[in-house]
Amino acid sequence: MNPAETKSISPAEIDASCRVPLLALFGGAALWLVLGLGLGIAAMLSFHAPNMFADCPVLTYGRAQAAANDLLLYGFVIPAALGVMLWIFARLSQAPLALPIVPVAAANLWHLGVLVGTGAILAGQSTGYPWLEYPRVAAVLLFAGFMLAAVSAAATMGFRRDREMHPAHWFLFASLLWFVWSYSTANLFLLPAHPPRGVVQAVVAWWFGNNLLFVWLALAGVGMAFYFLPKFAGKPLAGTGYALFAFLTLIVSATWCGIPRSAPVPAWLPALSTYAAMLAIIPVLAIAIIAWRTISGSGFCVTGGPNCFVRFGTLSFVLSALLYLGAWCPRGSQILDLTWYGFGVSQWQLLGFAGMMLLGGIYHILPRIMAKDLPFPLLAKANAFIFGFGVLIYVLPLLAGGLEQGLKLRDPSVPFADVSAASLLFLRISTTGQLLLLVGALCLLVNVLLMTLQWKIALAKSAIAAVLAPLETRPEAGTPKEVKS
Amino acid sequence: MKTGLTVFLATAVAFGASWLGLVYGPIAQLGGQQQTVVLQSGDTWPQQRTGDATLGLQVYRAYGCAACHTQQARQSGVADEITLTSLGSDKAADLKDYVKTLLVLPSLLEASNTIVANLEAWNGQVPLTLYSGQDSAVVATLADKLKAGGLKTDARVVASGPDLARGWGVRQSVAADYLYDVPVQLGSLRAGPDLSIIGVRSPDVNWQLQHLYAPRSLVKSSTMPAFRFLFTVRKAGAQPAPDALVLPPEFAPAAGLEVVPTAEARQLAAYLVSLKATAPLYEAPFTPVTAAK
Repeated sequence: MNPAETKSISPAEIDASCRVPLLALFGGAALWLVLGLGLGIAAMLSFHAPNMFADCPVLTYGRAQAAANDLLLYGFVIPAALGVMLWIFARLSQAPLALPIVPVAAANLWHLGVLVGTGAILAGQSTGYPWLEYPRVAAVLLFAGFMLAAVSAAATMGFRRDREMHPAHWFLFASLLWFVWSYSTANLFLLPAHPPRGVVQAVVAWWFGNNLLFVWLALAGVGMAFYFLPKFAGKPLAGTGYALFAFLTLIVSATWCGIPRSAPVPAWLPALSTYAAMLAIIPVLAIAIIAWRTISGSGFCVTGGPNCFVRFGTLSFVLSALLYLGAWCPRGSQILDLTWYGFGVSQWQLLGFAGMMLLGGIYHILPRIMAKDLPFPLLAKANAFIFGFGVLIYVLPLLAGGLEQGLKLRDPSVPFADVSAASLLFLRISTTGQLLLLVGALCLLVNVLLMTLQWKIALAKSAIAAVLAPLETRPEAGTPKEVKS
Repeated sequence: MKTGLTVFLATAVAFGASWLGLVYGPIAQLGGQQQTVVLQSGDTWPQQRTGDATLGLQVYRAYGCAACHTQQARQSGVADEITLTSLGSDKAADLKDYVKTLLVLPSLLEASNTIVANLEAWNGQVPLTLYSGQDSAVVATLADKLKAGGLKTDARVVASGPDLARGWGVRQSVAADYLYDVPVQLGSLRAGPDLSIIGVRSPDVNWQLQHLYAPRSLVKSSTMPAFRFLFTVRKAGAQPAPDALVLPPEFAPAAGLEVVPTAEARQLAAYLVSLKATAPLYEAPFTPVTAAK
């Protein structure tokens, strides 16, 4: 039965139904974002002073960098995306969040999984597969958490009043499905006691990395963009037909990317990925056109509000996707593979695209679900500029450094010492960007934590009042009760 | 797309196709891969590692060494090459004339320009690479004719590319090289050099240990972090321990102390010297230098 059909419901009620689960998801995400960026800076310090962590196995580069990457992806991006998705599903359905207690449990399981996984990596229990470093215990927790959140999201979508699906629905629903599918596949194949022999492990890990970092982020992020962009521009999404075309071509082509051209595997695998990468440029351009046509005429924003975040995120998606796919073109891959370029693109996808999109979503949603203004709205506005510039200062040197490194590696007459020395300057600039990003993340954390704290204090106050109220009335027990208004 | 079911079916078909192609396909093709035979030899490839080296792979994983080091040498081409190694009793000028008479042979016509160019640029010293290219018939004909002329030659298959020119490999890495690795750690960034044949480039375990303890004591401009936590600094007895590192003074601990590797350090070093992807295989042919001499 569809409860939404029986009575009409106000947006405020829908928002209120999301309050507890979203606070649980966003609070943890903000904390992990700060920790992940902090750990990323600690990792980079090894390049500035190579003896810094010589006596500290926990913070050695290989561990700190892996833990930092996973904190950004699993700690911040995915739970924040789940939170924004739940809210969008509830709003699109014009119905309160279904099973609101389930995503609360999901958030707690998820954050516990991230904690266990990060601890395991820092203690040397990483699995050794890129983007899948969390060991089995953590993977089970994450999977259970995601399934629970997905159940609530799907149920909310099922209760929608308008049966016609919004384009955002397609992307977000597919992202729920695809994470469950690809994450379980990767874990079931790679983490048992006897994974497949030899290089197949690397192939599955590449497939997973591409499908999580490129396809999943694209589905989730573009889904959000297709909801927020028209909302902020005050007009409907331009070209639903285009959106359908972009959606179908994206899931058909982008899911086949991921095998690097230099990989020591049978040639058909990288060849397939190369064709797929060239095809995947089409949906990326289609999404760019839809976004452009939706926002054109609504003016440019430099106010630093959620609109600013979402537009920066959408632009980042298009640019980072083109850079990511472009690295598969035969000439480019010979230079760019195995350099800082790939790392730079993944950080742009995580922070510039997903990060900005989610920050915009969180800043838009938080005041609504709490039914009050942000405690530091100025920090939220500054956050857009700090994070935006931070991403550029962090990522652009990595891309340029990767290009320089690749060109020098191609020339065997350049000694390797010169190649690595040339990267250092770029890494130093990019660390400045990391510091800016950390400041931006702290703006978010302060806002989310203070809001949660205010809400908890208000809850506690009303609870105490409820407990104390009958005690105060006890002396007048004999007299008839007065009804207070 | 009106209903959730349509979206579900569309995504399931698209994702299923990708899963079949890039997960199931490679597993079906390579999941049961067996050892192969080394070219022109009865040996099998790859060999199982020693116990210490197998444990060392886990140390390599635990410290995330693959974050900076790849284990995949890339190759841009492979060529048949013929090199003149000894002139015998002939003079250089005679050789030029002799080779030019051969160029009218039908199998050499295509390559004649290259061969003439190599001869013209020649400084009169051996070895001289007469031809390097894709045509094995050219190499066979030249080898026959030069041998008949009393000259000594060396015909080889040579793999080429920037990685190989750097000495990071003698051929490209192939799937078979990783048969005994769990997990397979190919790496995606070359902040440090490639390690596919580090066991050939630096085969000394003591070198590896000292390099782990103090990279800059051996490679002056290295950016590698020091892994001092893999070693114990302890009071030296009357005789230094047999496995104590011999360090240059500026990297050595205070007098009376010695640096000994932990079990983890020894395993890691054993793993590193076990990395020797140097066997010529069907899918990565080349003529080993030692065998040609």
